Amino acid sequence: MATSVLEHKAPAIPHHYPKTGFWSWITTVDHKRIGILYGATAFIFFLIGGIEAVIMRLQLIGPNGKLVDPDTFNALFTMHGTTMIFLGVMPLSAFFFNFFIPLQIGARDVVFPRLNAFSYWVFLLGAIFINVSFLVGAPPDGGWFGYANLTSARMIPSTAAAPAPGLNIDFWVIGLQILGIASIAAALNFFVTIINLRAPGMTLLRMPMFVWMSFIVQILLLLAFPVITVALVFLMMDRNFGTSFFMPDGGGDPVMWQHLFWIFGHPEVYILILPAFGIASEVLPVFSRKPLFGYTAMVFSGVFIAFVGFGVWSHHMFATGMGPFADTFFSLATMVIAIPTGVKIFNWIGTLWGGSLRFTTAMLFAVGMVALFIVGGLSGVMHASPPADLQQTDTYFIVAHFHYVLFGGSIFGLAAGAYYWWPKIFGRLLDEKLGKAHFWLTFIGMNLTFFPMHYLGLHGMPRRVYTYPEGLGFEFLNQVETVGAFVIVLAFLLFIVNIIKTWMGPANAPADPWHGATLEWSIPSPPQEFNFPNLPRVGSSVPQWDAWRAAGGKLPEPVRVSGDDIHMPNPSYWPLMAAIGLTILMSSLMLIRQWDYWYAITLFGTAWLFFSVYRWAFEPTGH
Amino acid sequence: MAHAATAHADSGHVDEHHWTSTGLNSRKIAIWGFIGSECLFFASLISTYLVYKGKSLVGPLPHTESQCMLDGKMQTCEAIFEIPLVTFGTAVLLFSSFFVVLALYGAQKGDRKMLLTWLSATVLCGLFFVGMQVYEFYHFYHKGLGYSTNLFGSTFYTLTGFHGSHVTLGVIWLSTMLYLAVRGKLTPDKSLNLEMAALYWHFVDVVWIVIFPVVYLMR
Repeated sequence: MATSVLEHKAPAIPHHYPKTGFWSWITTVDHKRIGILYGATAFIFFLIGGIEAVIMRLQLIGPNGKLVDPDTFNALFTMHGTTMIFLGVMPLSAFFFNFFIPLQIGARDVVFPRLNAFSYWVFLLGAIFINVSFLVGAPPDGGWFGYANLTSARMIPSTAAAPAPGLNIDFWVIGLQILGIASIAAALNFFVTIINLRAPGMTLLRMPMFVWMSFIVQILLLLAFPVITVALVFLMMDRNFGTSFFMPDGGGDPVMWQHLFWIFGHPEVYILILPAFGIASEVLPVFSRKPLFGYTAMVFSGVFIAFVGFGVWSHHMFATGMGPFADTFFSLATMVIAIPTGVKIFNWIGTLWGGSLRFTTAMLFAVGMVALFIVGGLSGVMHASPPADLQQTDTYFIVAHFHYVLFGGSIFGLAAGAYYWWPKIFGRLLDEKLGKAHFWLTFIGMNLTFFPMHYLGLHGMPRRVYTYPEGLGFEFLNQVETVGAFVIVLAFLLFIVNIIKTWMGPANAPADPWHGATLEWSIPSPPQEFNFPNLPRVGSSVPQWDAWRAAGGKLPEPVRVSGDDIHMPNPSYWPLMAAIGLTILMSSLMLIRQWDYWYAITLFGTAWLFFSVYRWAFEPTGH
Repeated sequence: MAHAATAHADSGHVDEHHWTSTGLNSRKIAIWGFIGSECLFFASLISTYLVYKGKSLVGPLPHTESQCMLDGKMQTCEAIFEIPLVTFGTAVLLFSSFFVVLALYGAQKGDRKMLLTWLSATVLCGLFFVGMQVYEFYHFYHKGLGYSTNLFGSTFYTLTGFHGSHVTLGVIWLSTMLYLAVRGKLTPDKSLNLEMAALYWHFVDVVWIVIFPVVYLMR
């Protein structure tokens, strides 16, 4: 069995697969390049979502705002939420999953490299698809959770100008289906990668905490996305084929949509936050020079959060009047989740306690994440109580809550990851001065924007309403919030400046600039295509610190090796082709109400997809 | 795979190319993960069917006579389901799960005749089941149950339609395996390819074991 890697020489890469340039990116199956593609794409959509937010803040800067009309405002808040969740935070997490799960577990790639490329291309095409709606003048406008009736084709009156219901919601329905397929494919890949490609000696309880949290996220993705897939299918049928899944006139129940949506939607919020928890759990120990406090408790509290997270969905629906039994159950289950979350927070504080702290930008963002997440978590426990929630629901209090957990939590965690891992990804250290300015401006801007929303919400300002009249006392705090939004804009402009400056600067990053604890710091920055010349052996959850200790406090800079004898999977363009086929197939469903022969395109897309999948399946990979 | 990773971490001799942490083949774990995901897919469809059971505003209904629109006028319609036919289809589908086990055994032993015989039988059973479902849908439609006629029609056709499309995909997958087997390419060291398809096929059968009593038998 102990065959040498030398015996598995890859067949020479066919000459039509270049190693650099445009086509090399189109055909790449390298997890690091796919990670960078995810990151770059997601950052662009993050900026688009930010622009949508800024337009809304400008509209709300004073009473009776005239900047946008109500319909545009509906589209803005719908697309802001949809973009930030599905095209911003999730793929930014996928950026780190892709790049760092294999590196942290000591693997040469993910387990199915071509499936990984497929996930990215489907995500990209789905993201473009849903934003094309702006170009054709029919952006989704039913809110990011698309409650039934608002999304119904039958409830929208036909007028002479628009005789049929618009395509707005259809873009959202089909776009989310496409993105869901990308998410499930990626989740399956990382799920198996983490189970099966850990380096020798890396038992489950020696995995880095980022890998642990990522593992939990993949399971949540696998179990939550099928539910919204079904809900979206029902909605599509209601809109196109006259069924009544969510339509009271045919006996259906609009609340059924809410149940299906939130059975997906609540695990989704843990899908958004757990990667940030994982990143903070990597950054805090390294910059405290202490191992993570309570490693095992961190693992099991993450598992517990995910498990109970499937039993709390109806706390989004207290206002529907489910009755005292359901209200009590979901209220208690929700409050129970505060316990493992509290365990995590105290463990982070315990990690910092007595450490020799280095406040780099990554550390600042990680500590900021812990602090701001506490604020969002506390307001979360407040509306776990149904009577309190009935006052808070659909007001700006809720908007404040989820921005503290998603901006203060997820975005801060992802930013910590960006500063921490940038040198490993690109071989260049981001500028710390600009980084600290980025942090402080984000921190101040974030609190200016979202803290006053608590007060506005409790004073009765409803969310999602395009304006407010004068004299209700909303003016001043709304002005503060808009100023805060521009501080955030300035902060991220500084980040972009930092990226450009670093890009132009020298490749100055050593293999281990932070004195990291995990395997990615044992190899050169940026890593070579095969990551590890030899599979590392792991004896604890901090293998790099073990190596450092064994070497007496000084490790030599790892050398780059030729790696010609290491087999890596061949590039392939069939993942992209399959993704195009799938997108054609899904796009044809937009035409059901428009064109009698829509299914011709469906069949065409299906044939294209099948052809690509078969070529993919029978393509020689060099195995 | 021939080179199952049995090397131990401590031995220092690890087959780096074929290393897996669990010693299991990764594709097998992947198909199990996929099946786990599919469970939630069908759970959502079955739950919706159950939530809307008995909530239809007009007929036809599954088990009882009802008032329904047929041939352009309201009239009394008979119950939709015909249990004997679907019972037979169920039996055929369940037997196909047994057949694919025999086919896989043949593939693993290198017994070409056994492989071809039972794999063909599996594909034929799958085709029969899909045919039965097409006939059933056609028949129900002519008894007045359209896709949007009532909640029963919508939930029934969506649930069983998605199951049927899974069976169809399984038939295509198994037919591909049959093609490889005929060409002599499904050798014992490649039998995992058939095992993956077989696992999926068993899953599709298991889902039907839930659907059949819940939808057809439960009143």
